Amino acid sequence: METEQNTKTKFSDMLPILFHKYGWFMVGGIVLLLLALPLLNLNSYLMNILVKVGIYTTLGLGLNVLVGYTGLVSLGQAGFVAIGAYTTTILTKQFGVNFFLAALLGAFLAGFFGLLIGLPSLRLKGTYLSIITLGFGEIIRTIIIVWQPVTNGPMGIRNIPSPELFGTKLTLYNGGLFYLVLALLILVTLFCQLLINTKTGRAMRAIKGDETAAIMMGVNVTYYKIAAFIIAAVISGLAGSIFATQLGYIDQNTFTFDMSTIILSIVIMGGMGTIRGMFVGALILVVFPEIARPLMDYRFVFYGLVLVLMMRFRPQGLLGWKDTAPYPVSKNAFNLFTENKVSFSKKLKRALHSETRTE
Amino acid sequence: MIIQQIFNGLTLGMTYALIAVGYSLVFGILRLVNFSHGSVYAFGANIVLYLISLKFGLGPAILIGILLTGVLGVLVDKTALEPLRKQKAEPVASLITTIGISNIIVNLLTALLGSQKRAFPSLFPAGDILVLGIKFTYTQVGMFVVSLLLMLILLLIVNKTTIGLTMRASEQNIKAAQLMGINVNFVISFTFFLSGLSAAIAGALVSSYYGMTYASMGYMAGLKAFAAAVLGGIGSLPGSLLGGLIVGVTESLAATILGSEFRDSMAFIILIIVLIIMPNGLFGAKSIKKV
Repeated sequence: METEQNTKTKFSDMLPILFHKYGWFMVGGIVLLLLALPLLNLNSYLMNILVKVGIYTTLGLGLNVLVGYTGLVSLGQAGFVAIGAYTTTILTKQFGVNFFLAALLGAFLAGFFGLLIGLPSLRLKGTYLSIITLGFGEIIRTIIIVWQPVTNGPMGIRNIPSPELFGTKLTLYNGGLFYLVLALLILVTLFCQLLINTKTGRAMRAIKGDETAAIMMGVNVTYYKIAAFIIAAVISGLAGSIFATQLGYIDQNTFTFDMSTIILSIVIMGGMGTIRGMFVGALILVVFPEIARPLMDYRFVFYGLVLVLMMRFRPQGLLGWKDTAPYPVSKNAFNLFTENKVSFSKKLKRALHSETRTE
Repeated sequence: MIIQQIFNGLTLGMTYALIAVGYSLVFGILRLVNFSHGSVYAFGANIVLYLISLKFGLGPAILIGILLTGVLGVLVDKTALEPLRKQKAEPVASLITTIGISNIIVNLLTALLGSQKRAFPSLFPAGDILVLGIKFTYTQVGMFVVSLLLMLILLLIVNKTTIGLTMRASEQNIKAAQLMGINVNFVISFTFFLSGLSAAIAGALVSSYYGMTYASMGYMAGLKAFAAAVLGGIGSLPGSLLGGLIVGVTESLAATILGSEFRDSMAFIILIIVLIIMPNGLFGAKSIKKV
């Protein structure tokens, strides 16, 4: 048994080392490749899928801040996307505001709603918070339907203008939209990468690891939870504004619970708390339904299967692995945080015990 | 008019209560919100309709359909949730798994039966009774009576039988119950079976009330029932009943007063208010987290 497990874990042990050593080369190579992609003159169908992958990766990165770093499961990401999409679309179409300004305003508004949704985290935990986010997503859809003078209700908004930069329209056909998504993706990726190792990022991960312990350590849990919600909302809002221009038409059925489920599946599949995972997760989950067209409606079962099977067999995701922190941590200390079953008082006792020993 | 709407709301509310019971029972023992419950309800309604279309009588079709749905509930637990419990996975893992299961069931139903709405035969004779100027259809009366009877039976099972005793014991302390010789896995399976049964009965009743069934019908109903369960205090059966009735009445009042667009979001508004103001609901015990 033991030896079998050892041989099994060998490859996955190598992956982190590979990433650690050659990570930057890989990232650089991928970015160069992506920059050159539109030069290949791919057909618009492929470009469409690529842009969609980019947008969903960004959405995954946004939700990852919540689920992966802070351990809060949001089921209403589609609501934030809808706020970003609708704000940008209405501002550009009705008031002729510049796309980038409108997108920023949309992100700001989404962030404000993120703050509102984050506030209940003061009192609610776990599932209840998830349900609130779910309810939020549905209420946003109701607002879209009811607030007809602004959102045009169930008829939706047609002919969404393409964003313009220095007089050129950024469309799918001239590759402009692709570069726009790529720029957003790189920005968001860099932001997330930087965020993990700041004080905020560490506090968030502490909350995910053990909320009670984080409180004991003096982490202002509510503040960081709300911060996580705002960050996730802003990222989703930005992605939403580009998503609207890609689709060209939005209504309340664009932003359903299914969308939130797909975003969650991306995070789970790629690996909660990893950035690389979001790329892989989005690529697989967006491309699969396109490849699997012969399977007809059965292919949508895939999202659910991903969630169930990943949770069962690889909860850390395809590209998730145990943290390979470069600083030495004793085995004992590691057990302290991973053993969920041990009660906190025992953990504390152990910690105190080991401390007195070292003294 | 308003009184008429209140009675309409009460009949719908009874079925929400039946679905809410499923959330409550499972939550009581596993401390898990079973997101797949809404889709189990949809499965119940669809399988009953499918069996009716096979033409071996209304009664047997409904009975078999209900039992199959109960089995599906057990299956959900055995295939997806029990392994997670054995692995001692985080609570989030079970939550995400139930979302996945819900997605699988609904999409399978859509793929197999199509996404269109299909006509569901009436289970009760047509016609209505007029009492004090309020019109009750036989369907409404039937729904109300059947749901009430079921709620009473469930209450009896939980409070008066041996299996009910083991359920309550597992609810209080699952480890201690195990030490007392209770087969906890059986109790959990039985709980999932009961919740599946009641969901299927609610599904058949609601389908015959609206006269239609469709694959994604469980999403909204499931969420409304969840709101009802939380409002009443999740884990408490009388709470589920009261919560279901309140959600049903508010919903039909909102639909008449504010407009039918508000019908579906009322449950969420109630839910959010309840969760923020009194997360333990009307009948819920205050949970103390020991550290």
